[in-house]
Amino acid sequence: MEKKISILVVDDEESVRDSLSLWFVEDGYRVECAENAKKALSILESDTFDIILTDLKMPGMDGLEMLRRIKVLNKDSIIIVMTAFATVDTAVKALKDGAFDYVTKPFDPDDLSHLIRNATRQITLAQENETLKKRVDSLESVEDLIGKSEAIKRVLKEVESVAPTNSSVIITGESGTGKELVARAIHANSLRKFYPLVSVHCGALTESLLESELFGHEKGSFTGALYNRKGRFEMADSGTIFLDEIATISAKMQVELLRVLETKSFMRVGGNKEISSDFRVICATNRDLKSMVEKGTFREDLYYRLNVMNIHVPPLRERVEDIPLLVEYFIRKYCTTMNKPVITIDPAASKRILAYQFPGNIRELENMIERAIVVGNGRKIGLADLPFGKDVIESSVESLEDFEKAFILQILNKYSWNISRTAQALKVDRVTLYNKIKKYSLKS
Amino acid sequence: MNPPTITLFTFGHFERGFLERISGAVTKEYNCSVVIKEAHTDISEFFDPGRRQYNGDKLLREVDTLQVQGSAKVIGLFQVDLFIPILTYIFGQAQLGGRTAIASLYRLSNERYGMKADDELLLNRFIKEVIHELGHTFGLIHCHTASCVMQSSTYVEDIDLKNSHLCSKCRTETGKV
Ligand SMILES: Nc1ncnc2c1ncn2[C@@H]1O[C@H](COP(=O)(O)OP(=O)(O)OP(=O)(O)O)[C@@H](O)[C@H]1O
Ligand SMILES: [Mg+2]
Ligand SMILES: [Zn+2]
Ligand SMILES: [Zn+2]
Repeated sequence: MEKKISILVVDDEESVRDSLSLWFVEDGYRVECAENAKKALSILESDTFDIILTDLKMPGMDGLEMLRRIKVLNKDSIIIVMTAFATVDTAVKALKDGAFDYVTKPFDPDDLSHLIRNATRQITLAQENETLKKRVDSLESVEDLIGKSEAIKRVLKEVESVAPTNSSVIITGESGTGKELVARAIHANSLRKFYPLVSVHCGALTESLLESELFGHEKGSFTGALYNRKGRFEMADSGTIFLDEIATISAKMQVELLRVLETKSFMRVGGNKEISSDFRVICATNRDLKSMVEKGTFREDLYYRLNVMNIHVPPLRERVEDIPLLVEYFIRKYCTTMNKPVITIDPAASKRILAYQFPGNIRELENMIERAIVVGNGRKIGLADLPFGKDVIESSVESLEDFEKAFILQILNKYSWNISRTAQALKVDRVTLYNKIKKYSLKS
Repeated sequence: MNPPTITLFTFGHFERGFLERISGAVTKEYNCSVVIKEAHTDISEFFDPGRRQYNGDKLLREVDTLQVQGSAKVIGLFQVDLFIPILTYIFGQAQLGGRTAIASLYRLSNERYGMKADDELLLNRFIKEVIHELGHTFGLIHCHTASCVMQSSTYVEDIDLKNSHLCSKCRTETGKV
């Protein structure tokens, strides 16, 4: 027979302990109760539990402190925190410290059963993985996250620490910095790695398309719905769903998403059957969600649900030391895929790349290298193979002054430092131009 | 020896015919005699003004104090919205393997969910709820057999999916006590 799932309930209120213990016993679990953290810790010395359900505010040691201590003893223990509405902030802190989930008191009977079912699912996943691990030696490896900078090392460390938890993660960073790659790395290092990682590019779809994409639809629910179709949430069962460009979703979708995250169940568009799915959520955005929350364009409750962990992927210009490694990596990658011998890069070209600011980040660098290999002579990537026109203003320019300086210099060069013609072109008088030349110490 | 008796204690007004149908179903399911009694307890003291609901823990204790000669099981039947401190609502609850249970009609009616009233459906739901809670007093825990009345139900729709009888496994369990 299957071993009964065991639950330890920790709460200073007797009625809460009694009700929950009755509820769980009726549901066929093994239950113990403790009225404070100290008692719980002492029970845990001689007994183990699959799930620990604890109050946050208790006299003596609080739930957070207890959580930390339990995690030290056994980092895999599944701890669910119960909290009064006023302390949702603390609950979020608890999630960051490794709690599996939280519920606000009082909760719907249905939430309680979902919560325990999800936790149980996590336990079975862990067990299944143990068995699978024995069978599969080599994992499908993630495309490597290349880099040696402190910035990328920090990202990798964060990936490593969030991966095994079940928490939702928001990955922030400019376009092309590698957010999707980070999401894949998290999934590949999680308990869910043997199950699918399903990506949805929220920004690319209209509201109603996104809805049917995420939830699926029943045949005939709208024109064009010719077949029943599984949604992405269903496909991500036991795995991870990656919601890219989360900041773009409409107010209505925000509400629906929040509901799904809370209940892990939903209905297909045009359907009437509640479908459950067990998935982990990872989101990405290049926008500042926090300020969208402040402005009221992004729901605060959804933000808290999603933003349990945050990984920020810094722009390439803040980790210039990674550029040579990346260049080498992309040269190898594209030469190999194009069936060419692996070539090198000319020092001048290298230098030019290092000086560039890469507003499009790694994607831009990658495209640049791919193109250079295609257009080049097949021996060496030279300056001419790179898309830097001579007149392009350096994008290292950030302030208006820098821009003015670079622009004046460019026009001066264009007219071979002929002051009259340059002043004419710039539509300023010669005195002004002389002053600018002095101010910016421009030299030919 | 007389077969064991189950007492249905009503709080608030229930139609006679309605109660008889419940009593009939319980008699058949548990093979015992059923007595219907009217309770005269003023339940206003169990009302929680903050939640505008009635405290199910306290009501269960109250029903447990009602003296009924020779009754093996007692269940209090209510019309009001029941809660327990940790949950937003309950349909009913019971002492597991004990003597007493409670159940309420309040959240079982279609109108509560903006649908057309259906008296027969309401009665059926209530019968299932009463038999379910009594099952707990016989020591039964939730059953995973889809049709069994001891399936856990957190929504009325869940109640509609099961039928009002114990599955054979649960029936055997009650025979043991
Ligand atoms: N550290 C890295 N090492 C190697 N390749 C990388 C790295 N970071 C990003 N890349 C590559 O750069 C490209 C862009 O990365 P990705 O799609 O993950 O960026 P993104 O942040 O999701 O961009 P967007 O916001 O535009 O969706 C991908 O081809 C990815 O493989
Ligand atoms: Mg992306
Ligand atoms: Zn029950
Ligand atoms: Zn059964």
